[in-house]
Amino acid sequence: MPTPPHFKGFHTRAIHAGARPDPRTGSRAQPIHQTTSYVFEDSEAAAAYFNLQEYGNTYARIMNPTIGALEERIANLEGGVGAVAFASGLAAQHAALFTMLQPGDHVVAASALYGGTVTQFKHLLRKMSVDLDFVDANDLDAWRSAIRDNTKVFFGETIGNPSGCILDIEALAGIAHDAGIALMIDNTFATPFLCRPLEWGADIVTHSVTKFLGGHGTSLGGAVIESGEFDWSNGRYPVIAEPSPAYHGLKFHETFGTFGYLMKLRSESLRDLGACMSPFNAFLLAQGIETLPLRMSQHVSNAEAVAEYLAASPHIAAVHYAGLPTSQYQPLVQKYLPRGAGAVFCFDLPGGRDAGVKLIENLSLFSHLANVGDAKSLVIHPATTTHRQLSDEELAAAGIGPGTIRVSIGIEDAQDLIQDLEYALGCIA
Amino acid sequence: MSKSLTSWQQPEVILQALHKPSIAVVGMSSNELRASNFVGYYLMRNGYQVTPVNPREEAVYGLPCYPSLKDIPHAIDVVDVFRDPSAVPDIASEAVAIGAQYLWLQFGVISQEGVAIAEAGGLRCIVDKCIKIEHARYMGRMHWLGFNTDRISARREASESS
Repeated sequence: MPTPPHFKGFHTRAIHAGARPDPRTGSRAQPIHQTTSYVFEDSEAAAAYFNLQEYGNTYARIMNPTIGALEERIANLEGGVGAVAFASGLAAQHAALFTMLQPGDHVVAASALYGGTVTQFKHLLRKMSVDLDFVDANDLDAWRSAIRDNTKVFFGETIGNPSGCILDIEALAGIAHDAGIALMIDNTFATPFLCRPLEWGADIVTHSVTKFLGGHGTSLGGAVIESGEFDWSNGRYPVIAEPSPAYHGLKFHETFGTFGYLMKLRSESLRDLGACMSPFNAFLLAQGIETLPLRMSQHVSNAEAVAEYLAASPHIAAVHYAGLPTSQYQPLVQKYLPRGAGAVFCFDLPGGRDAGVKLIENLSLFSHLANVGDAKSLVIHPATTTHRQLSDEELAAAGIGPGTIRVSIGIEDAQDLIQDLEYALGCIA
Repeated sequence: MSKSLTSWQQPEVILQALHKPSIAVVGMSSNELRASNFVGYYLMRNGYQVTPVNPREEAVYGLPCYPSLKDIPHAIDVVDVFRDPSAVPDIASEAVAIGAQYLWLQFGVISQEGVAIAEAGGLRCIVDKCIKIEHARYMGRMHWLGFNTDRISARREASESS
């Protein structure tokens, strides 16, 4: 008998992973299980589900078959053992940390991160009595020397938002693992089509699924993916390895092995924090992922074309796109992002705040809003929106100039995007 | 082990073992917090004839517990082991002696000597895999909890169990 086929292609998995036909009805599309709860077969089944002895549906704050399909799809594409979805990327990120941290612990994070993450880390971690150090993302010695006895995790973004810096994931994994520390990477800007951090040694990957994975800008969502290979019983993580008081003394890592961290993330952190995804959002986001590889190819080729146009324009002071041949990050891009450096980047207008406002007001194809990763091209002027409370000096400290513009390049025709920018830049001059 | 463990993690062998009805769980504990208890109970709930083997227990979930494989009065297809790796060679010899067809070693139960004994006796081996997880991957509901079953198929299946 011939060997059964094993389908491994990325495009195939983006469409099929997690969503086999419904065995009861034959529905080919993923059914939307819009329900809060599930009827148990009998009392014994109910007890087995709550004891985690069997995989069974209990309550939609903890699990839902439509969300499960999305989770498996994302886990499959990232090459993880599984995934847990959340209401948003920030909820996913917080829960991922909450699962492994306790008061008195310490986190080391790259300094160039999404502003929402910086705020979350600075203030929420402090309220949890967790210490935090930010280090220069590309200074490996700084990461190494930031390690303390109570350090539990290194955190960074594959492609930094909005700075565009590229993380040396393999080197960081080596430093973290030498000390028995987990490496957690936000892969929102790259998506698993451009980079799979777990293959470079990361232990946990987080996503704002809202962005390129969904791609349509209709639904918020977040996800945490784990490799299943990190040794949570190495002595540094009693909160995962030791009996859990929040689950009648269960030892998650010993009992569930490679699934231990994710089981704890779901059955304690998702249960207790309550930031669950809606089944309808899960349906829309999983639908979006079906076209992820097609969209990302177009996002990248458009971003490269627009960045090259801007880099050659006399109206622009600097373009911070790692995909440009002149970028300092080219060696890291070639290693980690051979298919492209994503589609979100910043450029600086020499005319400061006024020029930024003028550019925005004269664009008609770019949508002026605070999001990235939509199929539509998006633009924002941080100095007058997300960072408007800051002085020019404070902006400079955050790596943002008064004339900095952030764009998220969509999948329209590159020539139309360039035409829109050309007109608006002409209006400033 | 000299060969890569994946040699003893073949999906075809795993599926064949999962389709056998009678499983002895060596080292099954009555403590509900132990993995052996979780797994044995799960297998019972999913229709397998589970036989606990543990000299320190009389019965688990109402099933009589036998001190060794050789004391079991009925046929065993799969021997699933939750013991220290050093105990595996003797268990493998007994598995051969009672005519079992598969030796399944749970997470971390890795014994080159035990596998060699079992294979020399005609058994197929599965090493460093959890029988509950593999059942849940191929025949159960693992995908409900967002785990990656790595199964790609557009075929409609008849039904699914827990």
